[in-house]
Amino acid sequence: MLTIQDLQASVNDTSILNGVNLQVNAGEVHAIMGPNGSGKSTLSKVVAGHPAFEVTGGDVLFEGKSLMDLDPNERALAGIFLAFQYPVEVPGVSNADFLRLAYNSKQVHNGQPEIDEDAFSDILKEKAKIVEMDESFINRAVNEGFSGGEKKRNEILQMAVLEPKLAILDETDSGLDIDALKIVSAGVNKLKSKDNAVVVITHYQRLLDYIKPDFVHVLAGGKIIKSGGRELALELEEKGYDWLLGDKAAVGAGSGGQ
Amino acid sequence: MSEIKESISKETVETAKSLETYKYGFTTDIESEKAEKGLTEDTVRAISKKKQEPAFMLEFRLAAFRHWLTMEEPEWPHLEYPPIDYQDITYYSAPKVQPKKESLDEVDPELLATFEKLGIPLSEQKRLSGVAVDAVFDSVSVATTFKKDLLKHGVIFCSFTEALQDYPELVEKYLGSVVPYTDNYFAALNAAVFSDGSFVYIPKDTTCPMELSTYFRINTEGSGQFERTLIVCEDNSYVSYLEGCTAPKFDTNQLHAAVVELVANENAEIKYSTVQNWFAGDPKTGKGGIYNFVTKRGKCAGKKSKISWTQVETGSAITWKYPSCILQGDESVGEFYSVALTNNLQQADTGTKMIHLGKNSKSTIVSKGISAGKSVNSYRGLVSIKKSAEGARNYTQCDSMLIGDQCSANTYPYVDVSNPTAQLEHEASTSKISEDQLFYCNQRGIGTEEAVGLIINGFCGDVFKELPGEFAEEATRLLGLKLENSVG
Repeated sequence: MLTIQDLQASVNDTSILNGVNLQVNAGEVHAIMGPNGSGKSTLSKVVAGHPAFEVTGGDVLFEGKSLMDLDPNERALAGIFLAFQYPVEVPGVSNADFLRLAYNSKQVHNGQPEIDEDAFSDILKEKAKIVEMDESFINRAVNEGFSGGEKKRNEILQMAVLEPKLAILDETDSGLDIDALKIVSAGVNKLKSKDNAVVVITHYQRLLDYIKPDFVHVLAGGKIIKSGGRELALELEEKGYDWLLGDKAAVGAGSGGQ
Repeated sequence: MSEIKESISKETVETAKSLETYKYGFTTDIESEKAEKGLTEDTVRAISKKKQEPAFMLEFRLAAFRHWLTMEEPEWPHLEYPPIDYQDITYYSAPKVQPKKESLDEVDPELLATFEKLGIPLSEQKRLSGVAVDAVFDSVSVATTFKKDLLKHGVIFCSFTEALQDYPELVEKYLGSVVPYTDNYFAALNAAVFSDGSFVYIPKDTTCPMELSTYFRINTEGSGQFERTLIVCEDNSYVSYLEGCTAPKFDTNQLHAAVVELVANENAEIKYSTVQNWFAGDPKTGKGGIYNFVTKRGKCAGKKSKISWTQVETGSAITWKYPSCILQGDESVGEFYSVALTNNLQQADTGTKMIHLGKNSKSTIVSKGISAGKSVNSYRGLVSIKKSAEGARNYTQCDSMLIGDQCSANTYPYVDVSNPTAQLEHEASTSKISEDQLFYCNQRGIGTEEAVGLIINGFCGDVFKELPGEFAEEATRLLGLKLENSVG
């Protein structure tokens, strides 16, 4: 589904990704872990097409086609969803309006009829149950005045509505208490199928107790330096990253968050 | 209602779409009856005579003209424009279809065709749509519908010219009572030479059965447009009035200096809404845009009276406009909700004045300025609490949004408090549509233009919700289209 080939990217002339290779197939869950500033968030944003990053080499293929010439919204319409580490506020725009516009953009893209407010409201209420979200959130402005946990839940609600083929969750667990973590994870698991794929970016193995990965990758210095199964996450939890980094401790190139 | 609304929104949408090649840049070939260019006392007398006005009207005009001669054009606004040659303007122009029409069949077909182009269907369908339209075409009202129906309720809705013939005592009583001709340069000019406008009178204990609506249109090259609107709402009455505009494209800048006076007596309420989308000039050179110098003011004369101004200003090369309220009655309420959008080379200096005289009078100001391109957008507001205004309250919120890095936004809030019991709140913010906001929307599959529309709509939500009916939707689309290609 997703093929990342020798991907190199920079921001403001600072190189952050230095040749990332990754293959994600339908039905798989991948976890990307790594020390702060290793380029994890950058990787997710480059795949989604954030304009602040410049791709300096390599390619990203989605269902066999290069994404490089596609605008961010076209990539989204192709089926790529990014759950943001820091979801953005859109003051004055209700969640319902925002999501309906997004939903209808997808409908139009797929040659389907747009749906009206009432019909969408029904869909939204159904989807809100997946993340145990109170209906009152539906009419609140997008992320405005939401707590950290509410924002993350809202991201998964959006994912539930848009039903992407590939979902990239960028530190969706950060800022969540254990209850919220369970709800969010359960939501992701409910949405998982043999036809879609999930890439989870996280610092903590804890999340992987709930969203069980098929593959775990360690990203450091803008490269994937080790890949393995679920047990790799447990090993990292125990030993940290130092044993992997060795002399290659060229970390700190990333922006460390944003 | 919906039918008219639909066609209007289409029309505004089209207008916005064709910013580059302004669609309504046509002139109608109807024979115009034009006065010679220039302004003297004779011009004023000629206008009054032509309109067969009562004597008091001529005296008012002459006094205004003489006063105007002693005044100087204001220089304080944050606006730049070449000097206006007031002698190079035609002060009276009217289509030659003078006699009043009983039905639309009598109206010049070419004029009707023009209205069609504007998307104003002046047909009997309006009856079904529920809006009475007093269309001001080139300074003279040519058709007024619903008048008879309204009259059954005692509501008078007619052109100013007709009002002077049919209700001179009402006009004399209220004309200039809110905006005296001495008020400012442009108001004095208007008082001297105004050609026509609308008159609305709502008698006691009457809720006007429909929203009243006037569509202004400027026509005839080089002719100044001097409208005058007077709305009087007697005790315990209510009226909602809508004003919307388009104008054709011309190379000479067109001066527009309208005056609107509102009077709300005890427990009366007037809601005045405007969507303004006049030609803003060539996007690159600014050439040909309308100069809009307007004086709008309402007097909350009676106890518990209320006046509410809602405006969406998207057009004109220059906007100079401060819809204001004089809160004379105790417990009276004044409101000002404004969205002012400027793009390319547009300049706007707009805001409001809330003058508190009555006890426990209350005012709310919500101003949203959006600047794009190389435009300049200024909010200028005055909240004045006079000595008598025990317990007065004001809430002011001024938000500016900048799109791109070549535009500017200014805020000039003036506060003048002479009573210590007054409570004032002021909030202000300046924001930009951020790359991250757009990316977030894009990532959900929403295209950039739509995303901008969405964000702007959210920004203006507090104002749009004050607009009657489908005007809000129309305004939303209008803003989105006005900002096309402004981002990214």
